[in-house]
Amino acid sequence: MSQYLTYFKIKFISGLQYRSAALAGLSTQFFFGLVFIMVYHAFYTSGSGKLPMEYSALVSYLWLGQAFYALTYLYHREKDVINMIKNGDVAYELCKPGNLYLKWFFKIFGSKLSSVLLRFAPVILVAIILPINFRLTSPVSLYSFIGFILTLILGSFLITAITTLLHILTFYTIDAEGVLNFFRVIAELFAGAIVPIPFLPKFLQTISNYLPFQYISDVPFRIYVGNISSNMILNTLLIQFIWFIIISIIGIFLTKKALKKVIVQGG
Amino acid sequence: MSQIEVHNVSKTFKVAKRKAGIKASLKSFIKREYIYVDAIKDVSFNIEKGEIVGYIGPNGAGKSTTIKMLSGILTPDNGEILVDKMIPYKDREKYVRNIGVVFGQRSQLWWDIPAEDTFDLIREIYKLDKEEYEKTKQELIKTLNLAGIINIPVRQLSLGQRMRCEIAASLLHKPQILFLDEPTIGLDAVSKQIVRDFIKKINKEEKITVILTTHDMADIEYLAKRIIMIGKGKVLYDGSLNSLKRKYDTRKYITVSTKERIKSFRKKGLLEHEKVKEGYKFIIDTKETSVSDFINYLSTKINIEDIDIQNENIDNIIIKLYKEYEV
Repeated sequence: MSQYLTYFKIKFISGLQYRSAALAGLSTQFFFGLVFIMVYHAFYTSGSGKLPMEYSALVSYLWLGQAFYALTYLYHREKDVINMIKNGDVAYELCKPGNLYLKWFFKIFGSKLSSVLLRFAPVILVAIILPINFRLTSPVSLYSFIGFILTLILGSFLITAITTLLHILTFYTIDAEGVLNFFRVIAELFAGAIVPIPFLPKFLQTISNYLPFQYISDVPFRIYVGNISSNMILNTLLIQFIWFIIISIIGIFLTKKALKKVIVQGG
Repeated sequence: MSQIEVHNVSKTFKVAKRKAGIKASLKSFIKREYIYVDAIKDVSFNIEKGEIVGYIGPNGAGKSTTIKMLSGILTPDNGEILVDKMIPYKDREKYVRNIGVVFGQRSQLWWDIPAEDTFDLIREIYKLDKEEYEKTKQELIKTLNLAGIINIPVRQLSLGQRMRCEIAASLLHKPQILFLDEPTIGLDAVSKQIVRDFIKKINKEEKITVILTTHDMADIEYLAKRIIMIGKGKVLYDGSLNSLKRKYDTRKYITVSTKERIKSFRKKGLLEHEKVKEGYKFIIDTKETSVSDFINYLSTKINIEDIDIQNENIDNIIIKLYKEYEV
């Protein structure tokens, strides 16, 4: 295990060096946070029908989404992993001990965690002192806060497993990046990254219940704001865990299969 | 039993065929055509512990493919590979602890951090004992002349410096077998010599088996007693470098210093002659006439002041060989 933690450590430490990228990311996060809130604000003040989330809960949901964006987004690309596959340096990785899937899993987790650690605190600190209509409010209860933390941690394992799987697919689809992007757009919809899941039409909500994506961040955020009751926390953790195992097994299997027919690019 | 045994190994690659142009690439998006390329056909050889073997052949001959199969990265389609009683691609996890691999055209060092940090990572990967590792590292720093280099971020190193670090990185876990795929490619004369001396040293002192591919025949002459030549995926020659030379190196280049002139040449085996400032240059064919015979002949004609005899350049021998086998 220690060798995989070393991959994590190196990625984590080198990720922390990218301070200007973090600053740029932060300003994007503030910008999008405010824009989304303003759009929903207009929506809430002018609309008449029943809305699936309370306004203040929605605002908190949106800020959490921005604060943990670097951890939960589906477009993460681990450049050195992709380059390694494309230019054939993966040959070196293959003649060293250790499981390729686990190495990459920990690399990706390390760089995700370092980039979210540089970003989430400033977003939250600013969001809790904004005017009342734009403010991130405190969690509805201590239970829901603990539930939020736990489900977010498992959610981050889940998104890392999904991201690693997408990287493994590069073995099969060197020049089909477009196909993967198409997949990411669909996944974003069911992850609640475009609009929160409760705002989706009923049939899409039903579909999303059978997919892993809403368990990455949508469900943890809704636990925080009380849109999902804290009775459901254990249940959620269990589902997240099962999805995590399923996706990891697929990833490990596809890695094995890819290595059997591997062609090292570039001679 | 030999340390490395390769029996009738073949490997075919499936390559997507696509013509240039937008239309062709759209078409290939829907329907791909593949061609099958035999990288290696029925290759067999054995290598004993402590040998240095030069594995040569023209570009695309299958050298790298063989190295990758020997290091457990690729799986052969047919045939068997047995190294130290292990099947590389099956016992990968255990096997790779025993081998070191250097790919001259690739990098295993982390680009943004100093090589020494990568070394530490490698220590973790192989779970090396701290003291043992420090000792090996210091030895490598000394023999590969790495002091002052391993603390600089790798992206700022020259190719020669980086390659020496790459080689060190592949040897930290003290492998018994070393595969070197074009380790001297693109290096300057000094770095080449450091690398060659180093390979010779570890082979001699630690009995490490070395298999080396290269296009630089000077590497081979300096290091390898035995060469295996492949072309179009087949073994064309397997034997000592010297007997290859004896077989193909039938030309001698003889330069003679003399003040006298020779009016006419009539000698069997004399291929070319040329008058130069100091005297004469001759090329003879040793199948037709021996060197001593030719010198005897010359001394009857002129007074030889000085004589220089040179062998055929190894590169020329290889070109001849490639031509002969049409590879």
